[in-house]
Amino acid sequence: MSFFEHIGRFFIMLKSVFSKPDRSKVFWERFFNETVTIVINSIPLIAFLSFFMGGVITIQTASNMESPLLPAYTIGYITRQSTILEFSPTIISLIIAGKVGSNIASEIGTMRVTEQIDALEIMGVNSIGYLMLPKILSTTLFFPFVIVISMVLSLIGGWFAGVTSNLYSTETYLLGLRYFWEKDSSGLYYALGKTMVFGFLITSISSYYGYYTKGGSLEVGRSSTNAVVASSVAILLANYVLTQLVLV
Amino acid sequence: MIEVNNISKSFGDTQILFDVSAKFETGKVNLIIGASGQGKSVLTKCIVGLHEVDQGHVMYDNRDFSAMVRKDRKEIRKEIGMLFQGSALFDSLTVLENVMFPLKMFTKMSKEEQIERANFCLERVDIINKNNLLPAETSGGMQKRIAIARAIAMNPKYLFCDEPNSGLDPRTSIMIDQLIQEITYEYNMTTIVITHDMNSVLEIGDHIVFINQGKNWWQGDNNQIMRTDNKEVIEFVYASGFMRNLREKIING
Repeated sequence: MSFFEHIGRFFIMLKSVFSKPDRSKVFWERFFNETVTIVINSIPLIAFLSFFMGGVITIQTASNMESPLLPAYTIGYITRQSTILEFSPTIISLIIAGKVGSNIASEIGTMRVTEQIDALEIMGVNSIGYLMLPKILSTTLFFPFVIVISMVLSLIGGWFAGVTSNLYSTETYLLGLRYFWEKDSSGLYYALGKTMVFGFLITSISSYYGYYTKGGSLEVGRSSTNAVVASSVAILLANYVLTQLVLV
Repeated sequence: MIEVNNISKSFGDTQILFDVSAKFETGKVNLIIGASGQGKSVLTKCIVGLHEVDQGHVMYDNRDFSAMVRKDRKEIRKEIGMLFQGSALFDSLTVLENVMFPLKMFTKMSKEEQIERANFCLERVDIINKNNLLPAETSGGMQKRIAIARAIAMNPKYLFCDEPNSGLDPRTSIMIDQLIQEITYEYNMTTIVITHDMNSVLEIGDHIVFINQGKNWWQGDNNQIMRTDNKEVIEFVYASGFMRNLREKIING
């Protein structure tokens, strides 16, 4: 199947995704279940990664600042900007693409090869909408909240690493975090906006690969790998395009 | 009654079904038999609409299913129950939730009514006190019976069973066959069973369609299949020495 055929089938699939759910009560039940499975259950991993990522950003920044003309609070400022603009939204999205993307593709792919999707279709259920809409909506809507948690923990990690390594005092770090905030705060909205786009891309692309799995368990594994690769590529492309459009 | 009229189906350059016509009557267990790769599953998937036919018509009680749009098909699909080869129970739902699923999606029953109906269907297939188990925690035979309970939950007019005996021991196979036959007569359904199991053919085949090379090669009932002189049917049904001896004994009285 060519790249353009995949794109065409993906958009045809999206049309079914956004059709009216067969039963709104069932939809909301699934929506909240998916929010817990995909979003809430990812928080521990994201918290762990973000804390240490913030620490590493701080230490790396400090070790590369050799000029005595640069004040120490610059470390806090750079940590804040890199965390909010790129590390939390993009790197965490890539990690989520690995965790959640493979999970979604293998879950839906297994349903396909074990005829569970056929069973839904025979009953008259819109299987695409039933399986994908709750996942896509819950991730798109709630993923930004997880990224806010990641940003906060990353900045705390940066503070912890810097203070315990005697790179700066708490006051200096906080001064850096607040520096130019009035001017730069729009970056937060840009970051959260692109996080929503990334959330949509991860779940829709992974669902697509899972849904169109053909064959057996080997193909489910292959779909899962393809879903992660395609989601990651889509995130990086979308990141470049959005950065060009919004910040340049 | 389900009628298929002059159905043809191809995948790319490979034609699977050639102008197949057959009638499946209400209140009878209709079997579709044939060797692997001859088009039985494709025919069934065409009948239930999982594959679109290239030409021909599928009629559900004189309603042309193949000419309907998705929305209209949905109404007919609510009248269909299907038992899949691998049971196709939803892994993440318990036994009770699996049987309640179609009721939850398509009826306005209260939760208590759904539970009552699901329990009734589960008891009908002899599944008792297993409500909170996940499908993976039950045996293959149980999974088939749970799938039958789910298939009959909506009181379907049409029941499809794709190789209901595959992977089961002979005793459980007979039990599943009997269950399918009983519920067909009890609810006056149009039942279509795809099978390779010769015991099923001889035991429950009220009407048998033999598919060979993508064509309706032979049809009749379980008495006629014993006495047929159709070479391909004999080669398929009486492939083993035991079955050939059995046939000779029956023919010779």
